[in-house]
Amino acid sequence: MSLIDFLQRVLGKETNTSKNVAKERLRLVLVHDRSSISPHILNALKEDMIKVISTYMEIDEDALEVSLSNEDDSVALVANIPVVKMKRDYQG
Amino acid sequence: MGEVIVVTSGKGGVGKTTTTANIGTGLASLGKKVVLVDTDIGLRNLDVVMGLENRIVYDLIDVSDGNCRLKQALIKDKRFDDRLFLLPAAQTKDKNAISEQQMKDLCATLKEEFDYTIIDCPAGIEQGFKNAIAGAEKALVITTPEVSAVRDADRIIGLLEAAELPDPRLIINRLRPAMVKQGDMMDIDDMIDILAVSLLGVVPEDEKIVVSTNRGEPAVLDEMSLAGEAYRNISRRLTGEEVPLMNLDVNDGLMGRLRKLFGFSK
Repeated sequence: MSLIDFLQRVLGKETNTSKNVAKERLRLVLVHDRSSISPHILNALKEDMIKVISTYMEIDEDALEVSLSNEDDSVALVANIPVVKMKRDYQG
Repeated sequence: MGEVIVVTSGKGGVGKTTTTANIGTGLASLGKKVVLVDTDIGLRNLDVVMGLENRIVYDLIDVSDGNCRLKQALIKDKRFDDRLFLLPAAQTKDKNAISEQQMKDLCATLKEEFDYTIIDCPAGIEQGFKNAIAGAEKALVITTPEVSAVRDADRIIGLLEAAELPDPRLIINRLRPAMVKQGDMMDIDDMIDILAVSLLGVVPEDEKIVVSTNRGEPAVLDEMSLAGEAYRNISRRLTGEEVPLMNLDVNDGLMGRLRKLFGFSK
């Protein structure tokens, strides 16, 4: 432990403790692990998205792609949804 | 009709066999009738941890292949008259020597006679794991406070759910309270939060485990062992009793143990 680490701990600033590093790394790796073992959850999400979006616009359901992407220190849900036609008559 | 409980972890070396031996011995100490089944075919170890290695004649595969009757293969632990038995794994076969259906049939037979059938699962997620969980009704997941073990525990929890063995209970093994206090080890809440399962117990790191394994006498029988106390608590929780988590506070540690040594403990 360096002196700076020690002082931070004494002052109650524990963001750099190795346990917090472990937790953060685990959180990220598990998002990825869990998504890779349950494609059916992604499918369910896809179907729900289609339902919601179809209220507002006509989309190409077969070409719709949903996936999780893991970049540096964050995980993003990436959706590619081709729009066929806007619904002009939608009344909010 | 008894319960069939499988002890899993995914990662090797986190304490599945030690936990199986201690919980089984703990439940037998509480007067329950218990059988331990080692499914780690080819790498059997539950026999040495229990100190029963010299008494093996037949094994799990002899039973499933019909080379002997089930009763002939069960090794009686003489420390508990007629309450604790071991069904050892075969050492010279591989994980495919038994099928999932054969394990289901075996567990169905064992639970007729025993209050608790405890299955020691091999490390990994392949056929050995599938065999071990095939006949189980409940699962315990063992982890240690390390990223690798927690990650593998998460994977195992997912696979248990997929196999319709939901709500596994977590045992956190080899926790070092002094390191937790320093912020250098994940604490109990961190792991429950990450894994989102219910906690069955926490076993502190304890050198006495090494000694008890050396001797082939489960630590749960050692009144002075902290890990033994944790396993006694876990055994009682398995029977449905409400037992609070033991105090692992570092400040109390040494004094608490001294007090206990001199008979002042509560």
